[in-house]
Amino acid sequence: MMQFLLTIVLAVAAAQPRVVEIAAKKFAFTPDSITLERGETVTIRVTSQDRDHGFLQKELGVDLDVEPDRVNEVTITPQSAGHFVAICDDFCGSGHGNMKMTITVVD
Amino acid sequence: MNRRDFLKISGASLGAGALISVAPAMRAHAGVRDWFRRKNGEEPAPFTLVQLSDAHVGFSGPPNPTGTKAFEHAIDMINGLDPQPELVLFTGDLTHESDTPGENARRMRTFQSIAGRLRAKKVMHVPGEHDAALDGGALYRQFFGEAHYSFDHRGVHFVALDNVSRGKPVVGAEQLDWLKRDLARYSTATPVIVFTHRPLFDLRPDWEWFTRDGADVLTALAPYENVTVLYGHIHRHDVHHTDRATHYASRSLIFAFPDPTSTAEKKPLAFDPAEPFRNLGLQRVSNRRPLQVDDVELTLTEFGGTDGAQQISKTGAFL
Repeated sequence: MMQFLLTIVLAVAAAQPRVVEIAAKKFAFTPDSITLERGETVTIRVTSQDRDHGFLQKELGVDLDVEPDRVNEVTITPQSAGHFVAICDDFCGSGHGNMKMTITVVD
Repeated sequence: MNRRDFLKISGASLGAGALISVAPAMRAHAGVRDWFRRKNGEEPAPFTLVQLSDAHVGFSGPPNPTGTKAFEHAIDMINGLDPQPELVLFTGDLTHESDTPGENARRMRTFQSIAGRLRAKKVMHVPGEHDAALDGGALYRQFFGEAHYSFDHRGVHFVALDNVSRGKPVVGAEQLDWLKRDLARYSTATPVIVFTHRPLFDLRPDWEWFTRDGADVLTALAPYENVTVLYGHIHRHDVHHTDRATHYASRSLIFAFPDPTSTAEKKPLAFDPAEPFRNLGLQRVSNRRPLQVDDVELTLTEFGGTDGAQQISKTGAFL
C-alpha cells in the first residue's frame, strides 16, 4: 500500500512543470535572463517586491499582472527557439522604460 | 464635382512637430458644404494645425541637458508662422514625472507657462504615461481637464484618446464605448483626426510601442473614410498605414529614439552640443530653401459609397 501511494506521489511530482522564479522591483527583473528549452513546459512565476508591475512577452504568450502579495504565474511550452524580450508594461516610474529581461529558448 | 476633391489635408514637418493644413476644395458645391454643416455643425474651411509631442518638462539627463530649450524654441517657431495655426495639439508626455512631493504640479505649471506663450487660440492636450500613469491621471486632469474628449473644427471631427492613464498601454472598455457612441453621431464621410500618445498599432511591442486594445479602436474607426491618427511616445517621425487609417508620429522636444528596425536597444540618441536640436526636428529654418513637397495618399478609400468621400493627402515638407 505504501509503495502504491509513493508511486502516485512521484508520478504527480513528475507531472509538475519546472517553476522559474522571477522577482520584479523598480526597475529590474531578477534574474535579467533565463533559458528555457523548446518544447519544455515551464511555469514562470513573477513576484513583485514593491508595487504593481506587468510582465509581457507576446510571442511566448506571457502576459501577467504582477501584483504584490499575490502569486502571479503562467505556464507555457515554447515552440520556437530564440531570444525574447519580456517587459514591464505597467508604468512604474522613471526607469520603467528599461525594465526588461531576456528569455532565451534553445533547441 | 469630384467629391474626392472636397477636402484635402496636408501636413508639413516643421521640425517642431507637424504643421498640418486642412483645405476644402473651394469649388465645393454649396449643397455639399451645407451637408457637412448639418452633419457635424461646422462648415469646412481651410486651416492649419500644429502637433507637438513629448516635451518632458522637468527631464534632466545626458540625452538632453538643455531642459526646456527645444520646447521653447518650438513655441517661438510656431508663433512666427503666418498665418497662425488655428490649433495646436500636444500628444502627451508634457512633463516628466518626479518622486519629489509637489514637483509634478510644479512641472505642469512650467509646461503651461511655456505653452501659454503660444499665439494660437486653441491648444489641446492628451496625457502621456509620464504625465498620468502613476496617479490614474488625477493631477493631469486638474491642470488640463479630461484626458479623452472630442470636438469639431471646421468640418473635421477631432478625437482625443487616453491610452496611458491606466498604467498599462490600454484605452479600456469604458473609453472604447464612449468612442463608439461619439463616432455614431457622424457620417462615415466625416474626416476624423484622432490624437493620442501611444501608437494604436503594434509598432514595436518589446519597446512598449503599442496599445493593447488599439485594434479595437481602429475597428471602431474603420467605417470612417478619412482617418488620421497623430501620436507621440516614440520620439521620432514615423508614418504607418493600416487598413483605413494613416498614423503619424511626431518627433520629441527632449530627445530622440533610434530607428527600431536598426537596433535591438531602445536607448536615446546621444546629445550633440554642436547641434542641440538634432533629431528633435528643430532644424534651422531658412526662407531661401524651398519646401520639398512629397505627396502621399493618406487613404485609399475613394468613392466609398457614402454621402461624400474626400481625399486626404499628406504633404511632407522638411525645413
